[in-house]
Amino acid sequence: MSANVAAAAQAASSPEDKSAISVKDMRKCFGDHEVLKGISLEAHKGDVISILGSSGSGKSTMLRCINLLETPDSGEVRVDGELIRMKQGRDGRQMPADIRQVERIRANLAMVFQSFNLWSHMTVLENLVAAPTHVLKRPRAECLEQAEALLKRVGIWERRNYYPPHMSGGQQQRAAIARALAMNPKVMLFDEPTSALDPELVGEVLRVMRSLAEEGRTMLVVTHEMGFARDVSSKVMFLHKGEVDSVGEPKEMFARPPTPQFKQFIANFNK
Amino acid sequence: MAFDFYLSTMWSVLKALPLTLEIWFFGIAFGLLIATGLTWLRASGYKLGEYFTRAYVFIFRGSPLLVQLYLIYFGLSQFDFVRHSPILWPILRDPMYCTIVAMALNTAAYESEIFRGALRAVPVGQIEAAKAFGMSAFTRFRLVTLPIALRLALPAYSTEIILMTKATALASVVTIMEMMGTAQKIQHDTFRPIEVLTCAGVIYLLLNLSIARLFAWVEYRLSPHLRPPPEQSQQIRPVPEVL
Repeated sequence: MSANVAAAAQAASSPEDKSAISVKDMRKCFGDHEVLKGISLEAHKGDVISILGSSGSGKSTMLRCINLLETPDSGEVRVDGELIRMKQGRDGRQMPADIRQVERIRANLAMVFQSFNLWSHMTVLENLVAAPTHVLKRPRAECLEQAEALLKRVGIWERRNYYPPHMSGGQQQRAAIARALAMNPKVMLFDEPTSALDPELVGEVLRVMRSLAEEGRTMLVVTHEMGFARDVSSKVMFLHKGEVDSVGEPKEMFARPPTPQFKQFIANFNK
Repeated sequence: MAFDFYLSTMWSVLKALPLTLEIWFFGIAFGLLIATGLTWLRASGYKLGEYFTRAYVFIFRGSPLLVQLYLIYFGLSQFDFVRHSPILWPILRDPMYCTIVAMALNTAAYESEIFRGALRAVPVGQIEAAKAFGMSAFTRFRLVTLPIALRLALPAYSTEIILMTKATALASVVTIMEMMGTAQKIQHDTFRPIEVLTCAGVIYLLLNLSIARLFAWVEYRLSPHLRPPPEQSQQIRPVPEVL
């Protein structure tokens, strides 16, 4: 235990103080198929990084490897300078060395899923207080107060006592974003947050995400929303066949696509 | 006259209801305990645990409860070590205990299969969300997996409990005078099988009706999210103190 504390202290005082998430040479195979072929990513505090790529390019897998919903085969992930320690499992595959560390880091990395994944047996309010009370051990009254404020912010306070299946997709996704915010996360991970929504509901979710970006939150957003990538994000990352094809300033990237693949990709969207 | 006979038979059989309920209650209570253990073993990921539960389910689900009851009550007492054991013998010489043991072992096989199916049916996304928010395996299980799995298991579980209610009638073959035993005695004394068995059947029906209603009520209470949304005014309920 004391070793853990020492390691954590050392990691926290590492020079990369501004780094929120740092991924180095991440690889991941599903069976014979290599989905990630050595991905690196650097997200500073306050960065809003849009991760683009056609389906199968590995963008969702990369995001899920950061909070270890998938275990990367190799490579390192640092969150807030702290390295997620891995070890060799009995089957020769890599696995987390300390699941407590992973849980602690996950609590700082709130995730918003494509299919919302709100806990369907809890009301919206219960969804928002479950993790803060049980993971962060914060007092319930305080969590409830914050939850109500967050629901007001995303505009669904009137639905606080609804169950998720009783709300529209857009409302559910806004509730899911509020649930993520309730953790006061250091980084927010968005896994195609608008892909499961009806077109007319996309706007309400993007508005909330835009307001989060404007208040300086650190966000990694896997998305197909070109408008969001171009106008809101501070950096665009384009994955192609499991590799980082190009990274750059959004205006620059969209005005002068640096690679033929990215040019092709945005051309398909503009059709 | 016939009415009087119905009434007196009804009363006699009803007096045996507490005994039936006792077998029923302890049978399903111990059954639930064993089933929980089996489910845990099966889900633990240990190969040995999986083989054991598979074999257990194969045996206890595959053979008649009556055979199991006979084996436990008449069969086990053949062995000297059972008769001389200070722990086993007090249990196995008593027909009441034997019935409860047989019922518990039998229903545990079915229930563990019900629970296994329910656990597997919990949507992966809901568990992933719990993981992504940093919940430990235990918290995840308590707040997300278990509440969802219980709701999924409830319909099949209630059917199993109703089957168990009817199975208590088997206790009559090992000398227990519960409702069925009592009915059979009256039938032998009076040679009026139609009246007597009708009385017993009606009581079992009413008993199962109330059990089914009880489960339906619990299911209703636990699944507001699966019904169409009621009016907003009814939606508002206080957040419970304990999640």
